[in-house]
Amino acid sequence: MRFAVIQFPGSNCDVDLLHAIRDGVGEEAEYVPHTAESLDGFDGVLLPGGFSYGDYLRSGAISRFSNVMSEVTRFAEEGKPVFGTCNGFQILVEAGLLPGALQRNENLHFICKTVELEVVNNQTRFTTEYNDRELLTIPVAHGEGNYYCDEETLAELKANDQIVFTYASDNPNGSVENIAGIINRQGNVLGMMPHPERAIEDILGSSDGLRFFESMVKNFVKETAEV
Amino acid sequence: MYNVKVYVTYKESILDPQGEAVRGAVHRMGFDEIEDIRIGKYFEIKVSDTDDRSVEEVIETICDKLLANVVMESYRYEIERVKETV
Repeated sequence: MRFAVIQFPGSNCDVDLLHAIRDGVGEEAEYVPHTAESLDGFDGVLLPGGFSYGDYLRSGAISRFSNVMSEVTRFAEEGKPVFGTCNGFQILVEAGLLPGALQRNENLHFICKTVELEVVNNQTRFTTEYNDRELLTIPVAHGEGNYYCDEETLAELKANDQIVFTYASDNPNGSVENIAGIINRQGNVLGMMPHPERAIEDILGSSDGLRFFESMVKNFVKETAEV
Repeated sequence: MYNVKVYVTYKESILDPQGEAVRGAVHRMGFDEIEDIRIGKYFEIKVSDTDDRSVEEVIETICDKLLANVVMESYRYEIERVKETV
């Protein structure tokens, strides 16, 4: 499986994502600049964390209009897997590929620590390697991760099992219903504030993030075999 | 030519923790009569004349797509007609 790691001006978790793919799951990954006009030849797109365009205006608001994002949108509409972590999640909601918005953390602090996540939907193409209700140890590092949506959207998210990860014990940012990560209705675009790519080796504290990328690869291989 | 002022503010249903923090500081200054402070964004925009579309249409499109996140923010704007600057 060949992954595109998109680089926006101000991305800073692109190296971690590339490492997770190449050295964690042993698949191919290439950097793709924000100016790129094609994603031909890629099977999955990864939007990294960071502070694209300095978080000017709102996190993700300006990146959303970069050249490559129209291609990412097309890629997503074709049903191919797109994953955004942290700033990548913020870009996905600004681009309208995921519902809701990410607000300033309730306590105004930038929070950088390891949290406990609960897998509340292990039936997505990103989470099949996890057990239902499994608890994961994954780091977060953000100032604007307070997920918000209106009641109608929340009801839809629940009805369609679109909430994939929640903060299990201690919600760091004040998000609605302890939401940490959601998936789109079609099941191919997932965004989350925590960083699974920073949790792929025990020596760095946790390897719970590895199975996230393994799920992506296994489900891609399975789908390709079916075609 | 037009000068346009755009104000983007959080919707009433949205908590504004920065505004809360500023209100706390104002109370510590001794101004207990300050009941609420909400922080917003303000834009000054110059728009040149075009026959293709109305200035309202342009500003609203920009606001909806970029200047405001309409999930949590609302906006209002004022348009002032001015002479071409040389």
